Amino acid sequence: MSSIDELFERLRQEQRKAFMPFITAGDPDLEFTREVVRELATQGSSLCEIGIPYSDPLADGPTIQASYTRALASKLKLSHILEHCQGWVPSLEIPAIMMISYSIVHRFGADRYVRESQAAGFGGAIVPDLPIEESAKLAETCRQADFSLVQLVTPTTPRERALRIAETSSGFLYFVSVAGITGERRSLPPDLADSVAWLRERTPLPVCVGFGISTPEHIRMLAPVCDGLIVGSAFVRRIAEVESTSREAVLREIGQAAAELVAALPQSSA
Amino acid sequence: MSVTTSLPDQLGRFGDFGGRYVPETLIRALEELDGEYGRALADASFQEEFDALLWHYVGRPSPLYFAGRLTELAGGARIYLKREDLNHTGAHKINNTLGQALLTKRMNKRRVIAETGAGQHGVATATACARFGLDCVVYMGEEDIRRQRPNVLSMKMLGAEVRPVTSGSRTLKDATNEAMRDWMSSVETTHYILGSAVGPHPFPRIVRDFQSVIGRETIQQCHDQFSRLPDLVVACVGGGSNAAGMFYPFIEHESVALVGVEAGGRSSSLGQHAAPLSHGQPGVLHGSFSFVMQDDDGQTSDVHSISAGLDYPGVGPEHSYWKSIGRVTYTTCEDEQALRAFDQLARSEGILPALESSHAVSRAMELAGQRGPDEIVVVCLSGRGDKDAAEVARLRNMEV
Repeated sequence: MSSIDELFERLRQEQRKAFMPFITAGDPDLEFTREVVRELATQGSSLCEIGIPYSDPLADGPTIQASYTRALASKLKLSHILEHCQGWVPSLEIPAIMMISYSIVHRFGADRYVRESQAAGFGGAIVPDLPIEESAKLAETCRQADFSLVQLVTPTTPRERALRIAETSSGFLYFVSVAGITGERRSLPPDLADSVAWLRERTPLPVCVGFGISTPEHIRMLAPVCDGLIVGSAFVRRIAEVESTSREAVLREIGQAAAELVAALPQSSA
Repeated sequence: MSVTTSLPDQLGRFGDFGGRYVPETLIRALEELDGEYGRALADASFQEEFDALLWHYVGRPSPLYFAGRLTELAGGARIYLKREDLNHTGAHKINNTLGQALLTKRMNKRRVIAETGAGQHGVATATACARFGLDCVVYMGEEDIRRQRPNVLSMKMLGAEVRPVTSGSRTLKDATNEAMRDWMSSVETTHYILGSAVGPHPFPRIVRDFQSVIGRETIQQCHDQFSRLPDLVVACVGGGSNAAGMFYPFIEHESVALVGVEAGGRSSSLGQHAAPLSHGQPGVLHGSFSFVMQDDDGQTSDVHSISAGLDYPGVGPEHSYWKSIGRVTYTTCEDEQALRAFDQLARSEGILPALESSHAVSRAMELAGQRGPDEIVVVCLSGRGDKDAAEVARLRNMEV
């Protein structure tokens, strides 16, 4: 069982939902990443998703792209990130999962990647450019190590394929809310809640929804039909403000935003 | 068919290379495209319509021309030029865009997006879209907009919207990223006409197939003109679509040597060239597993070429496969050598080649010089050089 499996088992027993913020590692440096993750954990986040900056992300909108560019400006390497994380991720009170491009995993070596990420305290990975046709080998490596490999389902995924994806996913199933790239959106597709509910009835895995989610209204609408909600660009956008304001001010703002979103979760409902 | 020409397999693999490393959002569209292409192949009327367009609209077959004075300059084997520069819109790119525009219509999509480097694929896409009444958006890096201005104007006049890309190196790689991101959000109504033999399956196969008319015609013309196959065929390789189209029909004719020429840029140091097959290693970029220029962390490296169409860190997966089995030899040509070949072809034959194609001309002249006068070298002259005239003048501080 990975730390992510344990988290969702506990949340289900407590009939609670997960709040899962995403931020980019090393934006603008790894020290600040640690401070932001600790603040997010303090404010009631359930799991933190840490993105590894990549030069050519296909699924990311301008906000996260810009954060990757900022992080890579200092020639940040995966080995630096893992080394730094090893100093504080294992002692966090919440689990961490890594979002990473397969370009990086392949170059690093899949076995070494899983081994070193686990040593750095990560419970699993989301590899957004590795669909199920290409993932068998990495999935087997992850399975043997009890390291979750989270697969994604999107609005363009046919239902029978969504069921096949659910079978190969571990940790949870990532339900992408919109056909498109990451970024805050004012409104979400009207049939989203129904699609999530349909899938959740058919898989034992927790189903978490991400992409475009940024407001308490989004969370109130989706929380009843899913197991967790992922919010990324809304935090990454605030981190970008360190260029023009103090780190303390940014941390405070992020803490407030997280608290507001966590408060929108039902405290204990089915 | 031999083993080597029945690829890719069901998963889009050419040996170890190829595949589909893209976000799940795009999978359904790729499967739809693969399915529709399969049905089109089985539909005689599709092939007839495509062939008629190539004949009456593009002006095919393009000539196979004996370059006598260039042969004298090279001092060895006889050099023939496959004149893709004489196609409508001035390059081989139109072969692929017309084929994919027909597929767009079959899929009942009304909007097309494309990426472009040199602008030749952008112009060819804008042309095909005008011809079929499709909306067209072309992504182009800001740096390429600067150095390939005539093509930007053409695209606009053909009714396409040209969207400048300001991320990263502001060249072809970044234009491809933006086109993919557009497609992520528009995939239900939009077809992405990818311009090279790169990207996720089935693009490398579709682009190769539509471009294979180049190699098939060349084989026929060789039989007609000198009753045998050539000894050597040379083509430039950026993403590798003209080379794939030229080489593919020759793959099983093992007596014919095939040479792909990558952009050697300023030198062989990282960041100074765009030659992944010569200096890179296998990795994932833009949805495909193939040779790529990346650092030891998997981040895509900066590349450089004088030619916008070759200024790309990746290459089509089938080229990686051909390299791995040793069927095609890949080499490089530096900026200065390409410029010299540009001059030599212009002055000796009255043909201004594209800077991309100049890379192939340069290497072909060198290799012809090492062969005897009874041997025959064919060069794929993939495009014409009008678009490069201003940039070449600028590089030489010429008064215009």
